Amino acid sequence: MLKVRGARALGLAAAALFSASALAADITGAGATFPYPIYAKWADAYKKETGVGMNYQSIGSGGGIKQITAKTVQFGASDMPMKPDELEKYGLMQFPAIMGGVVPVYNVKGIANGQVTLSGPLLADIYLGKLKKWNDAPIAKLNPGVRLPDQAISVVHRSDGSGTTFLFANYLSKVSPEWNESVGEGTSVKWPTGVGGKGNEGVAAYVGRIDGAIGYVEYAYAKQNKLAAAKMVNREGTAVSPEDGAFKAAAAGADWKGASGMAVLLTNQPGKGAWPITGASFILIHKSQPQPEVAREVLKFFDWAFKNGDKMASELDYVPMPDAVVSMIQSAWKSEIKDAAGRPVY
Amino acid sequence: MSAVPGSPADYDIAVALPRNGVTPPGRAARGRWKDQAFEWLTRLFALLVFSILGAILLSLVAGSTLSLEKYGAAFLWHEDWDPVKERFGALVPIYGTLLTSFIALAIGVPVSFGIALFLTELSPPWLKRPLGTAIELLAAIPSIIYGMWGLFVFTPLFQAHLQPALIGSLGRVPGLGRLFEGPPLGIGMLTAGLILSIMVIPFITAVMRDVFELVPPMLKESAYALGGTTWEVVWRVVLPYTKVGVVGGIMLGLGRALGETMAVTFVIGNAHQLSASLMAPGNSIASALANEFTEAVGDLYFSSLIELGLILFAITTVVLAASKLLLSRLARREGTRT
Repeated sequence: MLKVRGARALGLAAAALFSASALAADITGAGATFPYPIYAKWADAYKKETGVGMNYQSIGSGGGIKQITAKTVQFGASDMPMKPDELEKYGLMQFPAIMGGVVPVYNVKGIANGQVTLSGPLLADIYLGKLKKWNDAPIAKLNPGVRLPDQAISVVHRSDGSGTTFLFANYLSKVSPEWNESVGEGTSVKWPTGVGGKGNEGVAAYVGRIDGAIGYVEYAYAKQNKLAAAKMVNREGTAVSPEDGAFKAAAAGADWKGASGMAVLLTNQPGKGAWPITGASFILIHKSQPQPEVAREVLKFFDWAFKNGDKMASELDYVPMPDAVVSMIQSAWKSEIKDAAGRPVY
Repeated sequence: MSAVPGSPADYDIAVALPRNGVTPPGRAARGRWKDQAFEWLTRLFALLVFSILGAILLSLVAGSTLSLEKYGAAFLWHEDWDPVKERFGALVPIYGTLLTSFIALAIGVPVSFGIALFLTELSPPWLKRPLGTAIELLAAIPSIIYGMWGLFVFTPLFQAHLQPALIGSLGRVPGLGRLFEGPPLGIGMLTAGLILSIMVIPFITAVMRDVFELVPPMLKESAYALGGTTWEVVWRVVLPYTKVGVVGGIMLGLGRALGETMAVTFVIGNAHQLSASLMAPGNSIASALANEFTEAVGDLYFSSLIELGLILFAITTVVLAASKLLLSRLARREGTRT
């Protein structure tokens, strides 16, 4: 036992030594877990191409914000956009880097993927604990021809704080006054009912286990776990399936210019084909950069990712930023991020 | 377990060891400074324990100042946990922590006692070693494995068989039935308690076996010679002789159960809801911390989570103190009974 531990400690020490020397020229970032897979994939490809590595620690949005304000990392990442006054206070600039969709998933015997259609208010009532059975009248009315069973709905939500929860709760707040009043929005909220799974994989596992369960996960998890996903009635009243095009449609309809700090929330967006629970993940970087070459490396990385990373993003079921938004982001880089003498870094 | 009677510390072994800097006569002077340096080094290590403990306590208190000021003692009995409106109370996680640990011990202690008894008194010699090693292996399994195993293997079995059976039988008993209400989700407090019991069994068993083996054979053989059954020998001779060690082992198990994080998170259901039913999902302190720490945005939220940690620290201290008190009571009664 002791010997094994000793050997492991030695191994760790060696690993720490190696990574310390390799880290010297690397970009460091920390924050949200939701975009971690794609940032890691981009970093890998970027390193192969340029030799510059990117070390991203997915410690959560809260941690990301703490680390960037303490300047222990070169960029932070958050799923919940920071408010303009907070950005101002810490001297941070914010831009969206990647988008994704949140999908309601269910496990009801005999009902296949895409057969159930839900609307925002229905989803809110289910999560408020007001709709208790799958064949309750409001659900049945929206799903004529589907043989919904007389079965209790088991609500599954996230137990950990998460950007996925933020998007979901933000959407429910927009479509249900009662939800907005009694629960509200945040990376964790006070759930009126249900059980909590840790992480997307936890929710996916619970929904897969519990008969009659409903949950919400990131699109990629619904797809990988082959969970039955519901269609959603969007703002225009059309029922849409969760897929790439629907997420892109939500991004296309958004007003990126009008939002200060580019803090656009893509939930409940207009547009016939728009998926209503879509969201972006944000990058935070200090506006004033005493070491411009370091900041330049960070911006170069994201510039590269915007140019070359779209295919990788789609492979992982993320939605890349539209080109028009990318050019907006880049002009914001030019105008907002300055070195000590006030010259633009990018 | 140096406090176990019969351990070498109890025997008066007349070996001249240098103590408190006094060099025994005949010892070369050149070794003296090494001895002293070594003594100071060990003293430093011992002091390290206190300083680490103190530092943890201090940083927990400092970190939770905000919520301590805002809620005071009411934090302990408020059941609200609302990160959006920033209202926090620790009742649900405290209840979940204590309840799951209680279930774990209620199942784990008798089973561990049985295993230790079998190993030391009844097992054929060829089985002793493999069985003992198997138990130690159980203790070495990382808790996340228990959690995943619990969620993917145990939960479905539980949901399909054990829980419906419990709801159908005990759930119908008036009064007691309240403990077994609700739909069989498979996850919840009872499942968490069961997984925990499996996790604490190797710890308690290992300690119990070790202390049982310390009972001088002469005592046991005398009892057997007087016509005692195995049960009588264990109950009247072995257990009284080893009670300090046994309680110590149980406390070690309880300590693990109170602080266990990953395995509980997987199966407890992580719901901030108070329910009388053991089937219902709940939350424990360690699990709430693991779940919510990463995304705790907002000072009061963060501070409340740290106060949860402080409470767990306090619970563990109280449990340890209570066990020491219990032991000293037992020791005092020793002389009066024949």
